[in-house]
Amino acid sequence: MSDWTANIWEYALWLAATVGLSLALLVGLLIIIAFLLLMDRKVWAAVQLRRGPNVVGPFGLLQSFADLLKFVLKEPVIPAGADKGVFLLAPLVTAVCALAAWAVIPLDENSWGRWVISDLNVGILYLLAISSLGVYGVIMGGWASNSKYPFMGALRSAAQMVSYEVSIGLVIITVLLCVGSLNMTAIVDAQRLGPGTMVGLPGSIFDWHWFALFPMFVVFFISALAETNRPPFDLVEAESELVAGFMVEYASTPYLLFMLGEYVAIVTMCALSAILFLGGWLPPLDIWPLNAVPGIVWFLLKVVFMFFMFAMVKAMVPRYRYDQLMRLGWKVFLPLSLIAVVVVAGFLHAFDLAP
Amino acid sequence: MALTAVFFYLFATLAVASAAMVIVAKNPVHAVLFLILVFFNAAGLFVLLNAEFLAMLLVIVYVGAVAVLFLFVVMMLDVDFAELRAGFIKNAPIGVIVGGVVLAELIALFVARGAGPVTTAVKGSPVPSGVSNTEALGLIIYTKYVFFFQAAGLILLVAMIGAIVLTLQHRKAVRRQSIPVQVARTPANAMAVVKVAPGETGMPAEPKGQG
Repeated sequence: MSDWTANIWEYALWLAATVGLSLALLVGLLIIIAFLLLMDRKVWAAVQLRRGPNVVGPFGLLQSFADLLKFVLKEPVIPAGADKGVFLLAPLVTAVCALAAWAVIPLDENSWGRWVISDLNVGILYLLAISSLGVYGVIMGGWASNSKYPFMGALRSAAQMVSYEVSIGLVIITVLLCVGSLNMTAIVDAQRLGPGTMVGLPGSIFDWHWFALFPMFVVFFISALAETNRPPFDLVEAESELVAGFMVEYASTPYLLFMLGEYVAIVTMCALSAILFLGGWLPPLDIWPLNAVPGIVWFLLKVVFMFFMFAMVKAMVPRYRYDQLMRLGWKVFLPLSLIAVVVVAGFLHAFDLAP
Repeated sequence: MALTAVFFYLFATLAVASAAMVIVAKNPVHAVLFLILVFFNAAGLFVLLNAEFLAMLLVIVYVGAVAVLFLFVVMMLDVDFAELRAGFIKNAPIGVIVGGVVLAELIALFVARGAGPVTTAVKGSPVPSGVSNTEALGLIIYTKYVFFFQAAGLILLVAMIGAIVLTLQHRKAVRRQSIPVQVARTPANAMAVVKVAPGETGMPAEPKGQG
């Protein structure tokens, strides 16, 4: 009997720790996203020689929180012909799937252990699975709105997100070939040694995968733009063609959840490229003042750098046409990444570098 | 493990209930959404069996790709629900007969093999210690079963090529963008300087093809 109760206490403690850590991660993530959203708009404004949001708070720092209040306090409008259940489920699916991906993203590894909610053996597969679910929110929202523009947006997104998942998957395979594990922490640890250390340098940015696999880094970056429906691939909500795509009929909190899910997915992709290609929490040069900085600082800096790249692309590149988008995905990236898988595997085998 | 049992019954109940909803749901889109829920719960059951690789693959392949295409097709169907329900009564006897035969066969199978001891003996095969589930699967697939694996891949490739051959048609009337042709355009083959005398149109007698 006492054995059984001890077990229950263990479960309860484990449950409380997991829930607490998850809540802490979520709150931190949402606050970071509020400021990244502002950064997105500020970068966009700076490229267009505008000031961007600058009214709420000092330098407009509180703009995102003002937007949040506005969305939450508005009235949610549900169209008369809409399928109510699916209509309200769609934004929830988008937001929950995007947030669930963060369960396996490691933020740091130090003497306290690994900073990750769930250190899965198949972490990268879990991330791929969860990110492929984001498409359901868009399809369900577009269909349930019972309106033509949202439906067109949903159809476009279904084709687009499924197409670019293929090239993202193949790029991830090339990285996994160099690592030999599906665990996210192992992927970062594998970047401690690389071309740089082989020629006698201390651990540096040349050991990270972006250097050895640079073409794949570019393919991954562009595919990540398409996968998250960012400009120049935001055909799902191309305002000049489809008004606002699948979001046309949404207002208030459901709309907020769609936007939240979209930005969380973008930050997830930034974190994923930081982990796969930019060495996660490793310092850019493994010497004294740099390696004394906590790893999470480097990780966040890399994520912010990737987000800056996303924002600059949004500001500078005009939107693709739909057939150009499909051509790029299927006729350029798919053969390129397939050849890269063969070449990387052959290289690792020929020089006996495979882990 | 009490917790495992709780989650097993949760996933199993949800899977069976949503499988029933796939059949019962009047709206085909709702049916596909319930099908996705079934896939999810099946993935949960795989995780409970320590087969996390299979669980993730189920979600990536079936939920992430196959079910999206299902939904894609079903959404675009212009279905008259009243007509569907009228057909339901007519076709119900056939469905009941087929279902009954399958049920009877399953029962006969379990009776023949002895339901109790055999089913409890068949469990998830133990994973060799020291390697993860994914590595164990890879060690078997790429050594012992490599020819079956390759054959399955070839069959899928043939099916894919077959589907493309059956559906691909080059329509002549459609104008297509050819990026190499556009990039290769030079002033020499795209432009013509025409001397126009006052009072004339300057149009060439015979229009050339659009370069």
